[in-house]
Amino acid sequence: MTKAIAVTGLHKSFGRTHALDGLDLTVEEGEVHGFLGPNGAGKSTTIRILLGLLRADTGAARLLGGDPWHDAVALHRRLAYVPGDVELWPGLTGGEAIDLLVRLRGGADRRRRDELIERFDLDPAKKGRAYSKGNRQKVAIVAALASDAELLLLDEPTAGLDPLMEVVFQDVVLEAKAAGRTVLLSSHVLAQVEKLADRVSIIRHGRTVQSGSLSELRHLTRTTVEAETDRPVTGLDRLPGVHSVEIIDSGAGAGNRVRFTVDGGRLGAAVDRLAACGVRGLTSHPPTLEELMLRHYGDELAANGHGAPALHEDAR
Amino acid sequence: MSAAAAADTPAVTRTPAAAGALAGTRALLRFALRRDRVRLPVWILALFLGTLSAAGKFTSLYADPQARDSLTDTMASPAGLAMTGPRHYLDDYTFGAMLGHQMLGFLAVLVGLMNVLVVTRHTRDEEETGRAELVRSAVVGRHAQLAAALWVAVVADLALALLLAAGLGATDLAPGGVTGPLLYGLAHAAVGLVFAGVAAVTTQITAHTRAASGTALAVIGLAYALRAAGDAGGHDGLSWLSPIGWAQRSYPYVDDRWWPLLLCVALAVLCAGTGFVLSTRRDVGAGLRAARPGRRTASGALLGPLGLALRLHRPLLAGFGAGLFLMGAMYGSVLGEADGMLKDIDQVQEALRRIGGTSPAESFASMIMVILAVVASVYVVTAALRPLAEEHAGRAEPLLATGLSRVRWAGGHLAVALGGGTALLLLGGLGIGITGAASTGDPGLVLSLTGAALAYAPALWVTAGIAAVLFGRLPRVARAAWTVPVYAFVTGYLGQLLGFPGWTNDLSPFGHVPRLPAAPVDGTPLTVLTLVAAALVLVGLDGFRRRDLETK
Repeated sequence: MTKAIAVTGLHKSFGRTHALDGLDLTVEEGEVHGFLGPNGAGKSTTIRILLGLLRADTGAARLLGGDPWHDAVALHRRLAYVPGDVELWPGLTGGEAIDLLVRLRGGADRRRRDELIERFDLDPAKKGRAYSKGNRQKVAIVAALASDAELLLLDEPTAGLDPLMEVVFQDVVLEAKAAGRTVLLSSHVLAQVEKLADRVSIIRHGRTVQSGSLSELRHLTRTTVEAETDRPVTGLDRLPGVHSVEIIDSGAGAGNRVRFTVDGGRLGAAVDRLAACGVRGLTSHPPTLEELMLRHYGDELAANGHGAPALHEDAR
Repeated sequence: MSAAAAADTPAVTRTPAAAGALAGTRALLRFALRRDRVRLPVWILALFLGTLSAAGKFTSLYADPQARDSLTDTMASPAGLAMTGPRHYLDDYTFGAMLGHQMLGFLAVLVGLMNVLVVTRHTRDEEETGRAELVRSAVVGRHAQLAAALWVAVVADLALALLLAAGLGATDLAPGGVTGPLLYGLAHAAVGLVFAGVAAVTTQITAHTRAASGTALAVIGLAYALRAAGDAGGHDGLSWLSPIGWAQRSYPYVDDRWWPLLLCVALAVLCAGTGFVLSTRRDVGAGLRAARPGRRTASGALLGPLGLALRLHRPLLAGFGAGLFLMGAMYGSVLGEADGMLKDIDQVQEALRRIGGTSPAESFASMIMVILAVVASVYVVTAALRPLAEEHAGRAEPLLATGLSRVRWAGGHLAVALGGGTALLLLGGLGIGITGAASTGDPGLVLSLTGAALAYAPALWVTAGIAAVLFGRLPRVARAAWTVPVYAFVTGYLGQLLGFPGWTNDLSPFGHVPRLPAAPVDGTPLTVLTLVAAALVLVGLDGFRRRDLETK
């Protein structure tokens, strides 16, 4: 399987600011890849380098088998881009802007364009200056998805969209995925990434800190388990990988309830131990993407005076 | 802090209604003055110094009574009156009368422009960018922003008036008089306030800054045209329809009448009041006139880099085209009188001799060509720097992420700059040619003057090339391209008049153009300029291909 995007050791500085500091990113063909990181982590810079709008200082970047800087125009015919902050020409209508972008990319199916305009409930007759932020995003999304691009580079595409449009957007991306297109989705909406992405890369300070499928990432993080048993559970805290064991006393006759967190690979042993005490009820929460993210950024939050590390040290 | 709060509270409770609508006006005024702390002084000083230098020129050029008589004759022609003011000034054409006659109408347009820009900048522009919403959500009354903007205009106008009064009072223009300079200064303020009021109305009508200021500027143009037609044709009634005409009819240094200025103030108050009333009939950020829907799909003409560039440049190009045609026509209409007008001014005569030509009319036309070319070059620089503006606004990014190459995108804008500049020369040349032919009775001028204007095209292309190189290689300092038109004007026009050494002119691309129709046609410099321009454009485009895109 060829890679749609292969980036290794990318560096980029703007004056004294190091926007990218050895970033790696691999996106397989046909997958939806979530690209996560806080503001200023270097997501947009990476995407702009992939678009040949910026030139990397050092490092290798391949896009659809080509060089993003030298083959920019040829590659652009095969991809579509939605920036996070769409600016339109004040005097052009949304419909004109869509047609212009689509045409410059090599033309598109008129029916698909009109259908997308309908689904996103966009008024194409309004002038660019009259659109709200969300509507400007819709213009770029429609223009990007109306074409037959193999690769979609979406940089926080739904910023400013309402929840209804967010659902439409997710449908449209899933359709694109079903059609075999590759999507790089940079987003802050973790629920969206959780729903759409096959794999994610989490970056921080211009460097990739974690990359893999969601289940792989979950494996690396603790799962929260809550159980009700016939007999009081003992010896849990002696098991390796089990943390923050908490016995919940919910009054006489209510049975024995226990809550703890357990490392990804150690769940089996913990469940065996519970089974020995006669399990009556069991719930387990795999870590949410939010918890995964916070695990990587917890120290930053802590430094800012928030008790965030608690979230993964002794999850709720 | 607590003292201030204590002082404010009773004021609010005393007059709740009035203070409510205007709450925060004083703070907004201070803030606006702080934002304009460079802009306004530059405006005011430029207007003041321009007036002083004109006054100085009158006293030195027309010290000789004969020169003054000849000037009076020239000014008495319809074209002379159209470009200046009412005939009554000519009855006794003293230096003071010259100032009131020749400068007041022209300065009124500039003061009007300053006022329109001040008011739209602090009202509609704030609303369009969304900053007004933030401000209005604070303890700020419904009318505070417009009131503060109008107060800025009042402060600026009065500052200009007092500066003019003091500065002109100190010159030897009309010794002894205090009333003349003071009235002359206040005439500016009065006209300025009228157009501030006009802008207060136009900002309510449309939701867009450029449409608001454009409408107000059209009103200024109409006011000027009314008085020009009235003064030229001797129809005083027409001139009395124009606030610029009112200001001119205060006759500073001549009759010193105050009451026409009261008309201006009354109209300004009426307009401002209308603005306040209209503003209550619309929503924040909206205009009274709803925006019309546009095309749902793009026409075929738009769908390429050149079509897009043309579409984006169209309004500016059309404005410059109309302006240059009218400007050429205005100068052309006095061409027939150029001989009489210029014959007694020694300095001009000397400058014209340097230029050459068989008649003063020809030399005069050659000089006007420089002005037309410099004005066209202002458009060319704006247009050639447009891709950079698009880049900074974040609108280049989505386009360059498509199959459009950087060279084709920037090339589209540069092509419009090059072709548009040439079209402007053609229009300016046609303007001066047509009216020049009419005023001199020589139909051959249509062709020869149009050709003379077009000879400046290669110099315009070099100007575009310089802007292109800066855009491609040194985007941070690209605004330095503006030095080209400024320098060309100083050396090409003022330098000819004041006799600068020849090499100063050689540094400007416009200095190498043969001064048609006075000078003979010479193709060599034009060919060289064209080649230089082509090389500059290529270097600029190549630089743009290699650099990072400037992102928002």
